[in-house]
Amino acid sequence: MVDFNRFTLANGLRVLVHEDDTTPMAVLNILYDVGARDEEEGKTGFAHLFEHLMFGGSVNIPVYDEPLQRVGGENNAFTSNDITNYYITLPATNIETAFWLESDRMLSLAFSEKSLETQRNVVCEEFKQRYLNQPYGDVWLKLRPLAYKKHAYRWATIGQDLAQIENASMEDVKAFFKKHYNPQNAIMVVGGNVKTEEIKLLAEKWFSPIPAGDKYVRDLVQEPAQTEARKETVTANVPLNAFYLAFKMAARRDADYQVYDLLSDVLSQGQSSRLYNSLLKDQQLFSDIHAYITSSLDEGLFVVEGKLSEGVTMEAAEKAVWAELDKIATEEVSQIELTKVKNKSESIMVFAEMSLLDKAMNLAYYELLGDANGLNTEIQKYLAVDAAKLLQVAKKTFVREQCSTLYYLTSENA
Amino acid sequence: MLNRTLIPESRQVNDINFIAPQKQELANGIKVFTVNAGKQELVRIEFVFENVNWDESKPLQAIAVNHLINNGTDKLTAREIADRVDYYGAFLQTDYGADQSSIKIYTLNKHLGSVLPILWSVLNESIFPQQELDIFKQNQQQSLKVSLQKNDFLARKNFAHAIFGTSTYGSDIDVEDYQAIERADLVAYFSAAYKPENCTIFVAGKFEAAEFDLLNANFGMDWNNEAGSVINQFSFEASPKGEIFIERADAIQSAIRMGTLSINRSHPDFAGFQVMNCLLGGYFGSRLMANIREDKGYTYGIGSAIVSLKDAGYFFIATEVGADVCTSALNEIEKEIDLLKSEAVSEQELSLVRSYMLGSMLGSLENAFSHADKFKNIYYSGLDYDYYDNYIHTVKSITAEQVKALANKYLNTADFTKVVVGKK
Repeated sequence: MVDFNRFTLANGLRVLVHEDDTTPMAVLNILYDVGARDEEEGKTGFAHLFEHLMFGGSVNIPVYDEPLQRVGGENNAFTSNDITNYYITLPATNIETAFWLESDRMLSLAFSEKSLETQRNVVCEEFKQRYLNQPYGDVWLKLRPLAYKKHAYRWATIGQDLAQIENASMEDVKAFFKKHYNPQNAIMVVGGNVKTEEIKLLAEKWFSPIPAGDKYVRDLVQEPAQTEARKETVTANVPLNAFYLAFKMAARRDADYQVYDLLSDVLSQGQSSRLYNSLLKDQQLFSDIHAYITSSLDEGLFVVEGKLSEGVTMEAAEKAVWAELDKIATEEVSQIELTKVKNKSESIMVFAEMSLLDKAMNLAYYELLGDANGLNTEIQKYLAVDAAKLLQVAKKTFVREQCSTLYYLTSENA
Repeated sequence: MLNRTLIPESRQVNDINFIAPQKQELANGIKVFTVNAGKQELVRIEFVFENVNWDESKPLQAIAVNHLINNGTDKLTAREIADRVDYYGAFLQTDYGADQSSIKIYTLNKHLGSVLPILWSVLNESIFPQQELDIFKQNQQQSLKVSLQKNDFLARKNFAHAIFGTSTYGSDIDVEDYQAIERADLVAYFSAAYKPENCTIFVAGKFEAAEFDLLNANFGMDWNNEAGSVINQFSFEASPKGEIFIERADAIQSAIRMGTLSINRSHPDFAGFQVMNCLLGGYFGSRLMANIREDKGYTYGIGSAIVSLKDAGYFFIATEVGADVCTSALNEIEKEIDLLKSEAVSEQELSLVRSYMLGSMLGSLENAFSHADKFKNIYYSGLDYDYYDNYIHTVKSITAEQVKALANKYLNTADFTKVVVGKK
């Protein structure tokens, strides 16, 4: 159980406080409701580049990191296709420093040319390090545009290519800030050794003076239903053949979301899972096989990916994966299997309460979903799923005409 | 009117409280160290075994045993072990480290009684089925082939091998080493290493008398394994100087790793070295990050670290940089080290690092697990909590001249081993 108090400032900033006196630390987490899906084609990778620029100084504070480190704090951030999340951990006695820093950069950035220039380079190196200079590193740059034709999920958070990042201008940066970085578009969670009354005062002091800004109304083109099997083959200098199957799945707020999560657990959670035992251990077709979901706010992807054992043909491997998908789409899972994945989900949620930062991030995310208390009731949704429901959802999902298949072949096989 | 240019008042971290574990023994003499803390009804129990009987002709012996230990006992198949552990929502993790191997179980307290017998079977009755070994060999070879295409992996592998040779710290694993693993070697290692005399248990989470009794009832009797063993011990000559360049024609980034044999946690200079390292490359605001990422934009990240092993320590700097700026990056790294050796750090910068390190230490004591981990660090270095007192004292009081002296004593780049993988 993660307790919290909640209030909203006049400018629209939502604030949640989680008091935890077992730690001397505090966390200040701010989630901005903006991700790569809010970018326009041709200017992709921008939400993430912008995240880097948020560390390049704000209107009244020339450097962000140093004053925080000086009070014993650390910070980081991440960008996804849906959200951009910033967090600070620091000794609770110094929590006001976090308010000072975060409120100033919500107010306005320094917009320094030097910072933009440097971070363009840093992000290009990140692009190379994580996506281009790694075996299979560019899979998601290929898989997304295969699975999505209209929705902005068709590009990865890092962006479509290096050129779009290199071309980002200061004008773009300023416009993006104005559009997305305002109190109405943010959720702040403060957790740790703090008191709600004290946090209210600090929030009023530092965040209330920030103008509400214009409300960003999201109006994304939704992805039309996929009605044809899609296939693409990539050849690269990699040691093993691999393939990726992607199916559309329920959005994060949809009632079926937890069903998909449990389906991926039955197929792929741990060494007792079906794909691991059937395909890797018994038939020895794969050296690596996984199923997982993207947990997206709009329609997401259910992905099965595997690297083939040497000597196994793509046809044989693909056929065997489909046999497992057909099985879960035609036969109910056993009660033992269902209890197993539910118990596992329960464990994972309890263990997540060990980390203050995880608690703060989760509260912010569930508040974005509609209600932070959803974090505490989430497990009930998992426990309510029965075998018939799993079967029904598997049946409508694992259909060949709704599948996007990416073959990733070694150049030896080309 | 709010003045946003003024930094709010703050305080330096003063009290850092460690939770020392309670020490108990099972009926058979196995030491159990327990950090009983936290609100959640869960527990982590870690069985740690010293690595023994090192044989450089079989570098994967201990690793393979650790990896395959939960893949079949004389009562349970690999599948049955996994099914049961997962059924109770528990996590069974095996972890091979340079000096110790461990098996951890994470479970909700309500399932502890159900999962401990599974763990007993794993630790006493593992049979290492040939079929499981064959699958392991095949899949590990494939996964190694993927890793061998990663520049940072190659840099790490070649650096460790250059410094630590054929010892367990540096052994240079290749595909053939996997092919050479024999089942008999695994059985032999299992019976030598996984026995009470070689085991220490660390518990963290909710763990009262009833839980201890449960642990003792399951693990306090004689175990099956009892073959002879000698705990690994190594000594090292100075590491080789000079550069190892591995060209990868299609690289768009180059991986750099450079450094040298150094001191470990039991050396009196270790805490001071950590302060010096932090300045150079140990945090986001470090000089290497400030220069090579934030000023030049050559990389997504660069860092340095001092690593403490049982019989050695080493220092390294690692990064991946654009292939076209590799030489410039190498020069900048040299420059930063020279600067650390020639000019005393300003009090402003040093006080920043002090505060950062103290906050970071405080923040690293997040829960029962982290308190247990802190204890393990000192326990396996033969130290006690004075080590942390001294660390905190050093961070608060070390002088700029002392930092400079440490840089001159330990960072002699002419003696470094430098590995570059990619293009120059």
